[in-house]
Amino acid sequence: MKFLSEFRDPALVERLVDELHRTVRGQWTLMEVCGGQTHSLVKNGLMDLLPPGVRMVHGPGCPVCVTPVPLIDLAVRLVLQHGATVFSFGDMLRVPGTSHSLAQAKAAGGDVRVVYSPLEAVAFAKAHPERQVVFFAVGFETTAPANALALVHAHREGLRNFSLLASQVLVPPAMAAVLADPASTIQGFLAAGHVCTIMGLDEYESIVARFRVPVVVTGFEPVDLLHGILMAVTQLERGEARLENQYARVVRPEGNPDARRVLRDVFRVADREWRGIGTIPASGLEVREEFADFDAKVRFGLEDAPEPSSGGCIAGRVLRGQARPTECPHFGQACTPLTPVGAPMVSSEGACAAYWHVAQAPVPLVRGGRHG
Amino acid sequence: MCLAIPGLVLAIEHRYDGTVRIAKVRFGGIVKEASLEMLPAAAVGDYVLVHVGVAISRVDEAEARQVFRYLEEIGELDELVPLQDDTAPHQRVGAGEGA
Repeated sequence: MKFLSEFRDPALVERLVDELHRTVRGQWTLMEVCGGQTHSLVKNGLMDLLPPGVRMVHGPGCPVCVTPVPLIDLAVRLVLQHGATVFSFGDMLRVPGTSHSLAQAKAAGGDVRVVYSPLEAVAFAKAHPERQVVFFAVGFETTAPANALALVHAHREGLRNFSLLASQVLVPPAMAAVLADPASTIQGFLAAGHVCTIMGLDEYESIVARFRVPVVVTGFEPVDLLHGILMAVTQLERGEARLENQYARVVRPEGNPDARRVLRDVFRVADREWRGIGTIPASGLEVREEFADFDAKVRFGLEDAPEPSSGGCIAGRVLRGQARPTECPHFGQACTPLTPVGAPMVSSEGACAAYWHVAQAPVPLVRGGRHG
Repeated sequence: MCLAIPGLVLAIEHRYDGTVRIAKVRFGGIVKEASLEMLPAAAVGDYVLVHVGVAISRVDEAEARQVFRYLEEIGELDELVPLQDDTAPHQRVGAGEGA
C-alpha cells in the first residue's frame, strides 16, 4: 500500500457514488473547508457525480486567498523600500497588492524568491549574512509549525538577518464565523484533514455542540472526499450531528503533540483580518514577544493598514460559501489567473481558479462511467 | 497550500551536532529530504506525510485498511441488493399466482 493511488481508484469512486445515491433522500448543503479539497473536488469532476440532493459550497480554506491586501503591501515594501530578500511560497507572488504584487516587485528589481520549504530560507540567510532575509509565513495550522521551525532554526544558529512576516490563520474560528453568519445555508462540514493532523479533533467538538452540524475530518483524494461526504449526509439523513474522522490513517485525536508544542512556543493567538470576510477574533498566529527579533513587523517597524474596498470582486461571499465564482461579474472577464482581481483567482487552490481551469479544460480525470 | 504527500522513509541522518533528524523520503520516483523534528518516533520503512519539507504524521496502515474493508462491504451489499430485488418479487408473484 502506497497510500495514494488506492485512494484514486475509479472502481471505489463509483462504489461510493452509488452508495451516496442510495443514501440521500433530502437536500443537503455541505462546505469543504480546505482549498486543497475544493481543488480536488473540481479537478476530478466529483461535483458532477454527486446526487442532486447534495450541494457542495467552498470554504475560506485558502491562506493565500484570505491574506489581506495591506500585508501584501508590507511584503512589497520590505522588497522595494527596505531592500530585503523576501522568500515566499509560489502562490503568493501574483496576488495583487495596492500598487504591486510580489511578482511585480521582483520585475521592478526586487529580490523575491520562491521556496518549497521555509527551512530553505533559513539556509539562505545563513549563507548570506549581508542580506536581510524575510520569510512571508503564510499558512493555516498545517504550515505554521514549519514556519515556527524555521524561526527555531534561525534562533539556534544565532542568525541576525532572518525574520518572519506572519500571515497565519486558524480554521475553527473561521468555521464558527461562517456558521454564525445569518446568510449561511451550511448544514455540515468536511473539516480540513491536514489542519487536524497538527491540531487534533478537540476544537471541532465545540463547533458540533454549538451549531449542531455534522463535522467529518476528511482527506484529499477522490475516495476520501466521497467517503467524507457519505459520512456527513448519512448523519444528516439520520438527524445526527457528530464529529467523525474519515482520515484516521493520518489524523490522531490528539493531533501532533510535537508540532503543537513548537507552535505554542513560537506564536501567540491574535485577532486577525481575513481578506473578504473581515476581522475574526482569535483567528491568527503572530510571533511571540520573546522572539520579537525574528518578527519582520518589529524589526522593520511596519504598521498594519486597513483593508481597501474590494472593487466589485465578490471574493468575500465566495469564501463564505454564499456565492459561486461564476456569479461574479469579473469572473473570466476582467479576472483570470493571468490578471487576477481577487486572490481566489490567483492561488491554485482558490475556488475561482479551480472553476476557471475546469471551464478551460472540462474533462475530469476521475469519472464513473454510469453517471458520466 | 496544505498539500501534504505520503512517502517512504529510506534513511535517516543526524545534523546540527545530532540534534536534528533529517529523512530521505521517496515519493514515487523522487527522493527529497524532510525534517523529522515533529515525528521523533519515525523510523526507516515508515510512510510519513510530508508538508513543506517537514514530516507531520506517520501514515497508519491498519487505519487505511479499515477504510478499504468498509468500502468492500459496500460493494458486497451492492451485489446482494439487486439479487433480492430481482428474485424475491418474482418468487412472491409466482407464489401468489399459484395460490
